Amino acid sequence: MNINVGPVWVIAEQIEGVIPPVCLELLGKATALGKELGVPAEVVLLGGVSGEQTEQLFQAGADVLYQVNFPGFDKFHTDISSKIISGLADEVKPQIILIGSTFLGRELAPLIAASLKTGLTAHCIDLVLTEDRILEQWIPAYGGLIAITCPEKRPQIATVARGVFPAPAFDPNNTGQLIQVDQPEDIVSRVKTLEIIKADPEGVPLEEALTVVAGGAGAGSQEGWKQIENLAETLNAALGSTRPAVDEGWIELETMIGQSGKMVHPDLYVGVGLSGEQQHMVGIAGAKVMVAINNDPKSPVFQQVDLGIVEDCREFIPILIKKLQEKLSKPSPD
Amino acid sequence: MRSIVVCVKAVPDPEEINKIKIDPVTKTLTRHDIPLVVNSLDRNALEAALVVKENQEAHITILSMGPPTAGNVVRECLALGADQGILLSDPAFAGADAFATAFTLSKAIEKIEQVDSVFCGRASSDGATEWVGPELATFLGMPVVTMVRNFDKTAGNSWRVKADIEDGIRVVEVELPAVFTITHEVNTPRTLSFSGIIKSRKKEITTWGLNDLNVPEDQLGLKGSPTIVSSLKVSEGKRSCEIIQGTQEEKADILINKLAAAGVLR
Ligand SMILES: Cc1cc2nc3c(=O)[nH]c(=O)nc-3n(C[C@H](O)[C@H](O)[C@H](O)COP(=O)(O)OP(=O)(O)OC[C@H]3O[C@@H](n4cnc5c(N)ncnc54)[C@H](O)[C@@H]3O)c2cc1C
Ligand SMILES: Nc1ncnc2c1ncn2[C@@H]1O[C@H](COP(=O)(O)O)[C@@H](O)[C@H]1O
Repeated sequence: MNINVGPVWVIAEQIEGVIPPVCLELLGKATALGKELGVPAEVVLLGGVSGEQTEQLFQAGADVLYQVNFPGFDKFHTDISSKIISGLADEVKPQIILIGSTFLGRELAPLIAASLKTGLTAHCIDLVLTEDRILEQWIPAYGGLIAITCPEKRPQIATVARGVFPAPAFDPNNTGQLIQVDQPEDIVSRVKTLEIIKADPEGVPLEEALTVVAGGAGAGSQEGWKQIENLAETLNAALGSTRPAVDEGWIELETMIGQSGKMVHPDLYVGVGLSGEQQHMVGIAGAKVMVAINNDPKSPVFQQVDLGIVEDCREFIPILIKKLQEKLSKPSPD
Repeated sequence: MRSIVVCVKAVPDPEEINKIKIDPVTKTLTRHDIPLVVNSLDRNALEAALVVKENQEAHITILSMGPPTAGNVVRECLALGADQGILLSDPAFAGADAFATAFTLSKAIEKIEQVDSVFCGRASSDGATEWVGPELATFLGMPVVTMVRNFDKTAGNSWRVKADIEDGIRVVEVELPAVFTITHEVNTPRTLSFSGIIKSRKKEITTWGLNDLNVPEDQLGLKGSPTIVSSLKVSEGKRSCEIIQGTQEEKADILINKLAAAGVLR
């Protein structure tokens, strides 16, 4: 049997009634892959959204939209969603499933892959079809990039973060078919969401920020980290981090930039006390100007930026902040 | 008595892992003998299990799949307070992706009697897929809660935990047996004590190989892995860097002027 015939799927969720940007970006990619393979692009949508938004999915290239929405359906019940999606996949046999690296997507993807007994690649930074129509799923590793493939099992499943692919083009003439997925008979979820406590997101989301200051292990301590925070504030920047900074507990995981974190597209990126490892650097795309501050002149980070400052950040940042305040005539952040 | 399994991965020391690089000429990986250590988030997972054990009778099993040298990592977990160690080690297990790893671990957990919870780290430092916990849950037929940041209630058979979501937290209730993947917010892991090390000498580490799991060889290791690494490439440094010279003050001035000239200061 030819395994490369099924449609390309995107799993779409909604966060408070809004489809997150990454799902639309993936639909753009799925549509392109579908064209190349000569197969439809299809969306499985978890939960209800406005008619306008379903229309948007069709305009972005969805040929078919499976809507999973029935009384009592809660998208965070990955227990139920994964069963529904796997069941549907058993019937429709998609050859590729793309899932956004959201919190929900990261829990859902492995449940689907394990149920369907197939491979899954985490946090891809590019997806390319080979001549044999197999999906190469590129991820950074070992100072370079590696391609993961799933040669025999189907579907090929990948998670991708927001911002890896551009927003799709919307064509008002595109239409598609809406299919309501039946409510499964046994809908008991063994995991019950009792409550969702929302924190107010602070400032501009990293992914949308025009200026990003990222700090790394070189901050050395919580006090050192505080200075990097001050620099971000002085520059009106969103604050990002590398994995060691998160591991040290200086900052929340949500600020981590890179392969397993966020993708940023600022005009200005300033990396402080970080070594420029690929897993971090792949998270920064298309910055106009990139700056690194690092006390090691041989640090590989200097091969990846436009302007380099070889200094101990703990000494240099306070000076830089003072000078910036003079220039931008801003009061001190403390 | 409760039986908790903590999945612990022996990972190459993150301080040294960057020594492994893609050789630009041969497109293969440069080899280095990097010592194995306990995956950092698995320390939080073990600590969470030890905290449960402080409040109720519990037996903690460390389960690790890896080369024979991973035995030291299991031994360290026993010294931290776990009761028993199982090392899954066999050439047939080697080369496993997340799927095959989770499958192999699930077969071992099925062999351990009456497991009521499985704790994993959110991610490993080298694989970092975050998949092993949820895939394991699927193979065991258990529910999973990922990204756990607090255990609110661990009495009885219905546990309440807090887990991370976008800009917030969800409070969930789950029926045991269940799998939990744990973030570093959960706790601060304890450090080794001398008495712990002495006590651990009496604790047992069992090694299970292919024959102990009763699974066809083609479902394990490299053969049982749906995904493969199909190619490697080196990424080239994309920018040419100007190193700014001068005193610290001068460097700051020059940098600010250049940024202002490029129109990126706001
Ligand atoms: C599968 C996988 C996924 C990963 N995903 C991510 C990811 O999404 N994001 C991420 O960031 N990482 C990720 N990592 C980790 C990544 O490989 C690196 O380990 C990490 O990015 C390094 O962070 P760093 O540059 O802060 O630390 P280091 O590499 O330790 O660099 C610290 C730098 O600070 C400099 N320094 C030290 N002291 C000072 C000082 N006083 N002043 C100025 N400079 C100083 C040093 O010269 C050094 O260059 C991942 C790893 C793996 C294996
Ligand atoms: N070889 C292994 N042996 C035991 N546990 C593992 C192994 N690989 C992964 N795990 C567990 O799965 C978690 C997530 O790993 P990963 O999916 O690689 O990010 C780890 O924190 C461990 O708890």
